[in-house]
Amino acid sequence: MPIVIFELPDGTQRKVTADAGTVLMQAAVSNGVDGIVAECGGNASCATCHVYVDERHGELVGPPNDVEDEMLDFTAAERRPTSRLSCQVQVSDALDGLVVHIPEEQV
Amino acid sequence: MSAPGAGSGVVVVGGGQAGFSVVQALRGAGYEGPVTVFTDEPRLPYQRPPLSKKAHTEPEGLGVDLVPETFYRERDIDLRLGEYVAAIDTAACAVTTGSGERVPYEHLVLATGARNRPLPVPGAELSGVHALRSLDDALAIGRALTTARDVVVVGGGFIGLELAQVARARGANVTVVELADRLLSRAVSPQLQEHLRQRHERDGIRIHTGTAVERIEGKGGQVCQVLTGQGPLPADLVVYGIGAAPRDELARDAGLAVDDGVVVDEQLRSVSDPRVFAVGDCARHPHPHADGLVRLESVQNAIDQGALVGRRIAGGAAGPYESLPWFWSDQGPVKLQIAGLRASTDEVRVVPGDTPERLAAYAFRDERLVAVETLNWPAEHLAARRLLQQDPPVSPADLAGATLGALARARRTKEVRA
Repeated sequence: MPIVIFELPDGTQRKVTADAGTVLMQAAVSNGVDGIVAECGGNASCATCHVYVDERHGELVGPPNDVEDEMLDFTAAERRPTSRLSCQVQVSDALDGLVVHIPEEQV
Repeated sequence: MSAPGAGSGVVVVGGGQAGFSVVQALRGAGYEGPVTVFTDEPRLPYQRPPLSKKAHTEPEGLGVDLVPETFYRERDIDLRLGEYVAAIDTAACAVTTGSGERVPYEHLVLATGARNRPLPVPGAELSGVHALRSLDDALAIGRALTTARDVVVVGGGFIGLELAQVARARGANVTVVELADRLLSRAVSPQLQEHLRQRHERDGIRIHTGTAVERIEGKGGQVCQVLTGQGPLPADLVVYGIGAAPRDELARDAGLAVDDGVVVDEQLRSVSDPRVFAVGDCARHPHPHADGLVRLESVQNAIDQGALVGRRIAGGAAGPYESLPWFWSDQGPVKLQIAGLRASTDEVRVVPGDTPERLAAYAFRDERLVAVETLNWPAEHLAARRLLQQDPPVSPADLAGATLGALARARRTKEVRA
């Protein structure tokens, strides 16, 4: 199963196991990673699971879908080129070793 | 002599979204005292929103645990599954559980939620008549939907309309019966009520508003038809969602102020006892966006109130409760989202979106935007949430010919330049 690393704003890292076929947000929530709120439970409704994909992995993860793309303009923390909503990122074995950064604020 | 309960930690009554949010925030903010959660359901705290949005026959299909069991163990949270609190002794600062155990507290947080209003008609006890609140309820409805052909939904509120779409997606004949003259009569603006009705009817859902359910009839104990003011409706499954009432009887029995919910101040403390907080569906509280006290049944309210109380008890900074209310309801192909609190006297302007499926309703009070309802337009909803929390307030003139999305982008650009 792929291992994903969430880096908190203070620089500490949480290494968690993600299940292929689920979404990145689920891996964070299931492991109690702080800073991924996911108020809507993964519905692309709330934009409280915003992450910055590490620049080394941007291409691997790919761009946001259309609805997500619009929503990312209104996240609590600034949008960056590698911003994604983690509830819209499908986990696969190819993502093993992925690093994502958690923004300062979500709400 | 120390005060009663000193050093005995936090007792949380209720293991729903609000109770979970309390303990998550407590430990997240570094609280080191004992934390005990009582939840009368025999399973880990779970998310309720998915329960009404899909039909499931196995709990795994719903995947709704908030966090796995290890979360509680690693944070030394004493999670008492299947145990309820029977009484509160506020003088001694202790609760008594259903099995007679006495547990002292320094701080008590009531997160007891709400219970469904029962359907007050003959036949409501028949097999095949369901309400939805718990995971078990959802599974029972999911199982019934595998064979149901004629489904009657009593109540045209959020839960009723979500379930109507779930049943319709399974191919059932679906009729929604609503006592009021409109769907979602208090929850959304009249303009959106009519729009939603048309959407659901287009999907083949029959809607009877202004219609009372008189009785439910069965054969051999199993529901077979629903008698309404407009005649009988065949039914092999009836689901009802006609509102909920706060579970505030523990507080009332303990002598705490209760008025359709546990009455709390802007810090979410009981107005009768500073050692007791109430959060989520069971709390009646002041809010800067409302006249008088309100009680809000939403995930956002449960999470934000729980987090505020958790942080406060842990000693962290926490001001008054003033989070912007927001809400969503996924009704089949329709994603309805609401930001802010609309009053019936607000002036509503409806604006079409950039696709035919999208729509926004802007509610103004005294020339300022106070609430926004959107259909299938999450970006506009998010823009509303940003703008409703920023100065200057949005005026009707600001929105002449523009969306909130465009306005939010323009204001952000200005900020960056300034």
